[in-house]
Amino acid sequence: MSVVADTAAPARPLDTDAVRADFPILSRTVRGGSPLVYLDSGATSQKPRQVLDAARAVYERSNAAAHRGAHLLSEEATDAYEGARADVAAFIGADPGEVVFTRNATEAVNLVAYAMSNAATAGPQAERFRVGSGDEILATELEHHANLVPWQQLCQRTGATLRWIPVTPDGRLEETGLDELITPRTKLVALTAQSNVTGAIPPVAEIAARAHRAGALVIADGAQAVPHHRVDVTTLGADFLVLSAHKMLAPYGIGVLYGRRELLEAMPPFLTGGSMIEVVRMEGSTFLPPPQRFEPGVPSVAEAAGLSAACAYLNALGMDNVEAHEQMLTAHALEALAQIPGLRILGPATVADRGGAVSFTMEGVHPHDLGQVLDERGIAVRTGHHCAWPLHRALGVQASTRASFYVYNTPAEVEALAEGIRAAQRFFSA
Amino acid sequence: MQLESLYQEIILDHYRRPHHKGLREPYDAQVEHVNPVCGDEVTLRVALSGPGTDATVADISYDSLGCSISQASVSVMADLLIGKRVGEAMEVCERFLALMQSKGADAGEEDLLGDAVAFAGVSKYPARIKCALLGWMAWKDATAQAVDKAGSIA
Repeated sequence: MSVVADTAAPARPLDTDAVRADFPILSRTVRGGSPLVYLDSGATSQKPRQVLDAARAVYERSNAAAHRGAHLLSEEATDAYEGARADVAAFIGADPGEVVFTRNATEAVNLVAYAMSNAATAGPQAERFRVGSGDEILATELEHHANLVPWQQLCQRTGATLRWIPVTPDGRLEETGLDELITPRTKLVALTAQSNVTGAIPPVAEIAARAHRAGALVIADGAQAVPHHRVDVTTLGADFLVLSAHKMLAPYGIGVLYGRRELLEAMPPFLTGGSMIEVVRMEGSTFLPPPQRFEPGVPSVAEAAGLSAACAYLNALGMDNVEAHEQMLTAHALEALAQIPGLRILGPATVADRGGAVSFTMEGVHPHDLGQVLDERGIAVRTGHHCAWPLHRALGVQASTRASFYVYNTPAEVEALAEGIRAAQRFFSA
Repeated sequence: MQLESLYQEIILDHYRRPHHKGLREPYDAQVEHVNPVCGDEVTLRVALSGPGTDATVADISYDSLGCSISQASVSVMADLLIGKRVGEAMEVCERFLALMQSKGADAGEEDLLGDAVAFAGVSKYPARIKCALLGWMAWKDATAQAVDKAGSIA
């Protein structure tokens, strides 16, 4: 892969042969020699050689504790880490100082939730983050547990009330009652930028504008959006955006919290310890400005370097092309699956405002059994409630099967999925 | 092929036509268990008869939602354990647990486990072991509660 993105050009198809050649894992076989058909990128993406090499290079050449130590390796490690921060910031249209590295997207959400409850005892600058009895946190029924449970817990700790935007039968946000839900009592709106189950892409900017008019903060879960679309925080409208590196071709163990500078500056810390302090005395400590205030412990340099390489890889493909490629696969999947009797798509039936997570149920075949038959054919999908139990309940199903696509998937793999589903239907109907 | 060794005909039969399904009176204890990974759930009741350690499993009734493995497993279990003395049934349960943890190395003792040996293939699929154990763990929990209750009354 050596193409350079031209953002002005119309989207062009990805050269999937060239892309696939960059992913060592895609050449392995599974379950008795079947080629791997990996349709579970919504859970975690595969990693290209460029990302693996970047992480390995840190360990082989520049491994040291960043931001400490007076030696060359530590300087190189610091450069790699801060360079990655700048690259991630550029990827989402933010300033480097607005990008906090966390362990994952889940920790990024918890960082904000705990900063909000810590605000109760953190001095006047943290006042706008305080919540208590009479205040409301507004989530949505579409959320992954990672952007729901931390808010339930915040409410439990502070006495605030959790409310939520319900979903429509086709797995989008129900927008008709928003005026009753977003009120001056609303302190924060937590919503996904793309559902990990239905693929629905809610109108984040529009909801954020309403929330801001009511004086509320907005946190968007970008774990399923940032890997697949061009996301720019200057137009997204959210005050906070979280993302997960391992879902965008990068290593595990690193995530990102973007926060508007003035907010991060006013926020008390979540996890405390080394690296995030200014002065420590036995009686108490003061803390560094953001982003360091929120990054205790020795930084994950190799993971950050891997994330930087992933951003470069996606930039080279061109995020518009990535989006167009996935939209093509999603349209193909929606069409192929709609022809299978007894199959119900959970989510929008067309690709408008919809990403490449295609979840479905199948009459007479439980998702676990369907996943097993597909696995036997080398097709990896997710089964269960995909960490979105309330959403499944709202859609009236106990569990589902999800196929999710990324840059390395092909129309032939979509066809293999459809054929596998038919095979499962035959197997269990006998 | 692998699929047939996992989904033995006995398993598919129990899945399509489960035995002892439906919640019944009377019962001594009721539990609800879920598999948090997939949301599969079982509500299971146990009725015991007879005193203390001599008590017999008089009935196992259940309502459940789940995959073929979890559904068939609870059905086979009810067939196997109803009528057994509690101690004996607990031993069968332990043997089944050991079979599930055998990673395919154990074929199971048919004289003790009956139709439940059909689940031996499940032990090669770590993601499915919890499916097979859902009903058994619910039974163990409910029975322990029923025994405790009987003990506290006596």
